[in-house]
Amino acid sequence: MAYALAPFVSASFGGEFFSVLVLGLVLSVILGYLLEWLFFSYLYKREHLQQVLMTYGLILVFEELRSLLIGDDVHGVNIPPILDVSIPLNDMMTYPLYRIFISSVCLLLCIGMWFVFTRTRLGMMIRAGSTNREMVQSLGIDITLLYRVVFAAGVALAAFAGMISAPISSVYPGMGDGVLIVCFVIVIIGGVGSIKGAMMAALLIGLVDTFGKLLLPQVAGVLVYVLMALILLWRPRGLFKV
Amino acid sequence: MRYQKLFIALAFGLLAFWPFISGSYGTDLVSKIMIYALFALSLELLVGTTGLVCFGQAAFFGIGAYSVVLLSPSDTSASVIWISLAEAILLAGVFALLVGSLALRTQGIYFIMVTLAFSQMAYYVIHDTPFGGGTDGIYMYVKPSWGVIDLDKPAHMYGFIWVSLLAGFLFLSQLLRSPFGRALAGIKVNEQRMIASGFSVYPYKLAAFSLSGALAGWAGYLFAVKDGFVNPELLGWHLSGTVLVMIILGGLGHIRGAIVGAFAFALLQEFFQSEIVFGTFAKHWHLGLGLTIIACVAFMPNGLVTVPRQFMERLSGRSFNKSSQPLGEQS
Repeated sequence: MAYALAPFVSASFGGEFFSVLVLGLVLSVILGYLLEWLFFSYLYKREHLQQVLMTYGLILVFEELRSLLIGDDVHGVNIPPILDVSIPLNDMMTYPLYRIFISSVCLLLCIGMWFVFTRTRLGMMIRAGSTNREMVQSLGIDITLLYRVVFAAGVALAAFAGMISAPISSVYPGMGDGVLIVCFVIVIIGGVGSIKGAMMAALLIGLVDTFGKLLLPQVAGVLVYVLMALILLWRPRGLFKV
Repeated sequence: MRYQKLFIALAFGLLAFWPFISGSYGTDLVSKIMIYALFALSLELLVGTTGLVCFGQAAFFGIGAYSVVLLSPSDTSASVIWISLAEAILLAGVFALLVGSLALRTQGIYFIMVTLAFSQMAYYVIHDTPFGGGTDGIYMYVKPSWGVIDLDKPAHMYGFIWVSLLAGFLFLSQLLRSPFGRALAGIKVNEQRMIASGFSVYPYKLAAFSLSGALAGWAGYLFAVKDGFVNPELLGWHLSGTVLVMIILGGLGHIRGAIVGAFAFALLQEFFQSEIVFGTFAKHWHLGLGLTIIACVAFMPNGLVTVPRQFMERLSGRSFNKSSQPLGEQS
């Protein structure tokens, strides 16, 4: 949801890429914070499916707001000039530097997240909160605030992913739709709660999807799901269960 | 309880007379909604009753729909209603049995995703192979008939859908009163305790899953026959999501919630899409629908069916019938 939203902000503001990146991050943190407070904070006590329904409603509203405010056009986003060079691999092939930039930023973020989750006090509180909300609360930790911060961080990460992918994929209505299910698939294959799992699964899905399209184009679409079904039947709690 | 029965009887009575008071558009709309209601009922058996959240229900719906088109005789003679219906139900049920036997090895969110995976597989088989007509879908030129019943006539089709919905509703409400239904309710509330008290829960869940798939196949059959057209989107996850939204909106854990939810969702969609009310703004109908859904979640914690009770409680300051509220989950 936020993934699709963010590039539009950057596309409509224009300007210098990195300043827009920072602005987008700040905006999405604020947005995530407000969303959690307005729409999700009172749903934790209810059944999980209520959150699903709420998310569905929010997706509809955001897509339409986007359509009303910005329109339904496809936008292209230019690669920032510093990164818009290609590295020659040999005489024939080159590799764009921007893709290396994306990969390294994502790797850094993953390591950062892993560090926060497993090596800091905040990460400990977050992990404890996901296991037993009441217990964490009774230990004197402000779980409401904690959840709000985590939610905001999640929205910001999604928005960041959207923004840095904007120059290579262009920006179009409904671009969040395509990644929504794939994101779920990755998280599930890797095992819920495992950053290492999510990384491995993302790599696996990416490779299977790309090589599937190359080698077996007739069945490329189904391969990802076959992989998911096989992995979950083999390991019912994901590759790296927590 | 008495009021609920009265309400259901009134609703079905009204639906039976609906074609006489509305035009052809209204009849067509309501017959479509009733098909969705039957489809929602099939999912309610899994989600609301057994506590298994299935995110691939559209696959069974689509298989039911495709079976009637693909298995109907290729010449111009019409297929017999009962035979083609039985084929659709059987095929969807057998596919659900296969999917269920594998998917039920997993639990919770993993179960949701495995059902999604299998339904997407079915989707891509239809979508990417010539066997199912590809993305264009297939038209069905001759609709099934039997004796004097000819499903090509809208009135006959409407009656057939009405009877199907009533039969599905009565079947489910009787099923839930049976020992089998009580066992399913027990699995929803506390699976560990059911195992501890000597129930083998896997066969129960598998039976519920297959039954639910068969019911969804029935709804898919009706959909294909009504429109005379099938396309791969009938198996896609968007439809699975929509029907899930319908039953949550209506209220989980109540069979009538599925029907109420299907009607509420479809009518809201129709309302926000109507150009008479909103003029050119009607093309942004997602906005109104989304806002209404958000308001429903925020102010009606247990779905639409509990609104009358909520209202009564507010009015009298007392709480009625505590026992039928959703039983608290562990987390």
